[in-house]
Amino acid sequence: MDELLGEFITETNEFLETVDTQLVVFEADPTDGNTLNSIFRLVHTIKGTCGFLGLPRLQFVAHAGETLLGKFRDGTLVATPDQVQLVLESIDRIKEILAELEATGAEPEGDDSALIGALELAAEGHPAPSAAPAEVEAAAPEPTPEPEIVAAPVVEAAPASSTGLRWDPDLGRELRPGEVSLAELEAAFMSATPDDEVEPVASVLLAPVAAAPVAVELSAPAVERRAAPEMRAIKEDDEDAAAKGGAVSSNQTIRVNVEVLETLMTMVSELVLTRNQLMQMVRNTTDSEFKGPLQRLSAVTAELQDSVMKTRMQPIGSAWKKLPRIVRDAARDLNKKIDLIMDGEATELDRQVLELIKDPLTHMIRNSCDHGLEAPATRVAAGKSEMGSIRLNAYHEGGHIVIEVSDDGAGLSTARIRDKAIKNGLVSEELAWTMSDSQIHRFIFAPGFSTAAAVTSISGRGVGMDVVRTNIELIGGTIDLQSTEGRGTKFFIKIPLTLAIVSALVVGSRQQRFAIPQLSIVELVGAGGASEHKVEVLNSARVLRLRDRLLPLVDLSEVLGVPPLDPIAYETSSAFVVVMQHSGQLFGVVVDEVFDTEEIVVKPLSKALGDVGTFSGATILGDGSVIMIIDPGAVYRRVGQAEEVVEEAVEAVQKKRGQRPETTSMIVFQAGGEQPKAVPLSLVTRLEELDATSFEQGDGRTLVQYRGELMPIVAADPYAPIATTGVQPVLVFTYNGLAAGMAVDKIVDIVDEALDIEMAADRAGLLGVAVLKGKATEVLDVSHYLSLALTNWDDPGVNKPAKHIVLVERNPFFRNLLSPLLRSAGYEVEAVDTVSAALVCAEYRKPSAVLTDIDVDVASARRLLSDDRLAGTSIVALSGSPDADATGFASLVRKSDRDSLIAAVENAAKLEIAA
Amino acid sequence: MTALATRQESELALAKAGTKEFVTVHVADQLFGVEVIDIQDVFSLKGLTPVPGARPEIAGVLNLRGRIVTAIDARCRLGLPTRPQGFAGMMAVGVEYQGEAYGILVDSVGEVLRLSDSDFEPNPVNLNPNWKDVSQGVYRLEGRLLMTLNIDQLLCVATA
Repeated sequence: MDELLGEFITETNEFLETVDTQLVVFEADPTDGNTLNSIFRLVHTIKGTCGFLGLPRLQFVAHAGETLLGKFRDGTLVATPDQVQLVLESIDRIKEILAELEATGAEPEGDDSALIGALELAAEGHPAPSAAPAEVEAAAPEPTPEPEIVAAPVVEAAPASSTGLRWDPDLGRELRPGEVSLAELEAAFMSATPDDEVEPVASVLLAPVAAAPVAVELSAPAVERRAAPEMRAIKEDDEDAAAKGGAVSSNQTIRVNVEVLETLMTMVSELVLTRNQLMQMVRNTTDSEFKGPLQRLSAVTAELQDSVMKTRMQPIGSAWKKLPRIVRDAARDLNKKIDLIMDGEATELDRQVLELIKDPLTHMIRNSCDHGLEAPATRVAAGKSEMGSIRLNAYHEGGHIVIEVSDDGAGLSTARIRDKAIKNGLVSEELAWTMSDSQIHRFIFAPGFSTAAAVTSISGRGVGMDVVRTNIELIGGTIDLQSTEGRGTKFFIKIPLTLAIVSALVVGSRQQRFAIPQLSIVELVGAGGASEHKVEVLNSARVLRLRDRLLPLVDLSEVLGVPPLDPIAYETSSAFVVVMQHSGQLFGVVVDEVFDTEEIVVKPLSKALGDVGTFSGATILGDGSVIMIIDPGAVYRRVGQAEEVVEEAVEAVQKKRGQRPETTSMIVFQAGGEQPKAVPLSLVTRLEELDATSFEQGDGRTLVQYRGELMPIVAADPYAPIATTGVQPVLVFTYNGLAAGMAVDKIVDIVDEALDIEMAADRAGLLGVAVLKGKATEVLDVSHYLSLALTNWDDPGVNKPAKHIVLVERNPFFRNLLSPLLRSAGYEVEAVDTVSAALVCAEYRKPSAVLTDIDVDVASARRLLSDDRLAGTSIVALSGSPDADATGFASLVRKSDRDSLIAAVENAAKLEIAA
Repeated sequence: MTALATRQESELALAKAGTKEFVTVHVADQLFGVEVIDIQDVFSLKGLTPVPGARPEIAGVLNLRGRIVTAIDARCRLGLPTRPQGFAGMMAVGVEYQGEAYGILVDSVGEVLRLSDSDFEPNPVNLNPNWKDVSQGVYRLEGRLLMTLNIDQLLCVATA
């Protein structure tokens, strides 16, 4: 019985997959009799087999579904999407029960009467009750107490018996021997199978039998006995269907255990190796009598290898079977119209690979339905047809399979991805703006990246594309995309044909040969010696200058744990750089020798070698020697470490030049001349265009009524007068509740760049000159202008006691920027550039609070925390970024955030009073 | 194969008589015995690929009739000095452990001995712990001692 059950489950699962696909096809074209017939047969077979095996729940559900299908088939009813949905629901229920059956070996308890009721109602021609699915959900998991087990089937039996009676119209058709459906007739003509006559006869026999046992008798033997002829009839029925061709191909097949195939594969590999050895031997002798037979052996072996490979191959279409149903359900859930087009289903690939790409593919299709395609209304508004299409295409390309998944949806939003990437810290802002659109698009493969505004039940939980990428890379594949905003997105998945045989480059490092999978190799570059490409060294990290890009390098021997050669040796010795790509990162691997590319049979490593981690397997070459296969991921991890060294080196160089990698937003304007001037945007409260005629003179200053108060205005350029007519652009600053305006000629731009100020203190009001957007720009000292505008600007606070504050800031720009700001808030400020200087200050007079920069040197800034000269004093950390590590400090304030800076200082000073 | 099968049969017959069959191997100067039923093949070492980064007792991998075999250096495993001439000319005892093929590299393989239980003694208490782990006991032979070598224990540390 067990064996029978196992076979039934396997078979039924296969049937169900087909039914799913067929139903979606049928829904699209309810007049397609051929499809309907094959669906009907499949459901019928399931029902019959269930009865035979004594599985009442499955049988009743299948029966009710079949009844409805029967109505479609004899034309009594025309299928509506709702009715098809009902049939699909019954298929889902069958799947659920099957899964349980497979797990426990027994049919689970449960009540299907709601579903069956809905199916019957539909079969009677009533519109499907919309509440049915919900009811079904609720009813299914309800556990039935022990005594009710007997009762439950009886309840189910009652509707089933009535459906049995309502089966009559179907029988009526079957009884008329002369009447055959058009489709069958056509098929009969095509195949001309003599058995055709059997079908109606068998059906006649089967019909009453099908109804009877279900209704009354529930004892297993009876069911079994009576169902037996039905079973046979179905078999004939089924074979008939197969013979008629159509969707079901009629190849003669047998089931073979995969293990047998694996063994066969190993044996063939061995045979190939032996043949190679023999060939080698014969090649060395001239005029050998073995030559002829060996040639034949060689040819036969090659053919055998091909055939064995083929046994592992399956058409990719089998991985796609579930997709039409998924797309259909998604379309229904999302209220979209989606057309799924599949090309190249016959493309064959290894069974193992097929299994592994199923999930990523499903995920991608769901993504396309949910995020890729727009809602119908949006599509129409964009001038596209209401029906969105998703196209799947598979084809062979040089030993690989390429699968394209494309949609004609909205495409990827470059701006949104860029913002998100910057926000997630995947890329720095300035770098992001230099990247091409396609480079930006690739960020969607980064971990935890999702731009979906809303999380839906279908997709968008932020674990999307990186999982897809990881899964594909796991089988040695790659994924890339092409997207045009408004036009759609196309993904390219390139995967190896098989995992058993890979194309690999054999390289040598330190007298030993290794294989590197070809799929991860981009190109091969000769380096060192007289080559035009030179290996350069940056703080012990090696890089290669390749087409105006620096490629991080790692020596293969380093990856393998052998100490690398002296970098100076690279100057003279010739080496090869294998340019590889992994996780979207390009890097070079230095090897000593390059031999050849070979098709290698990958063999797994034993557990004893499991902890090595550098290799993904081993292989036997044609000469019989074993070589290890390098895992590209391991090399990538190694490069990651090397990359940090490069970054450190770059940072060190920048520090030496006194340059800060941090950027500052500056507002660039013109005032009194063409030369641009700039002030930090963070200091500006507002940009205003004021009517110059409203300006008034008073106290020797220009004033304007602004927001109910008088605001003084000073000219940015002392030699350029403030306009008296027309519109005057004004930058408004506010400090300590007082506003001041700076009159400028024209606001040019807002730039976000690393400030590299050449200090120039020769003119009051000028901090220095910096290069912004390639132009020398004067950076103005705002505090100077404010002191001109506000007479009480430098007054040490009207109602605040003068508190002493020490500001530690190495950068003169920020030092000059922050000190007046703090002074204006009523503090006495001692601005110093080092921690040591701050501590000296503290010795003379204990400050109320210390503000310290933590970007340049956080370690020395921390010295302030532990020094007892500052015991009890709050230390506030200053940083350019809001998420710098400021543990231990009283608070963290962004340099550009005036208000929180003042608040933090006030807070810190209060703490001091409390202490 | 048939020879081995017959031998197994005869061993069964003799089991009651309290004897066991061992293949003797030399590692450095010491005589060891591996039970015949544990052994799949005995072969001479031809070509060995070192695996960089693997533990020291793993000598490398080799090709045995199309199967990749992980070679374990018995000298290293037993804490004996390495051979000055390297692995060249060594013999290997092929065994199967947890479904994977391993080869234990030894200096030489001797003969098959049928040893009586009466000659068996548990390990002396002062035995080197490295050896205690892999040996169940000692057989007293004429003029020399034979250490038994337990394959499972020899490999379980290697694969741990």
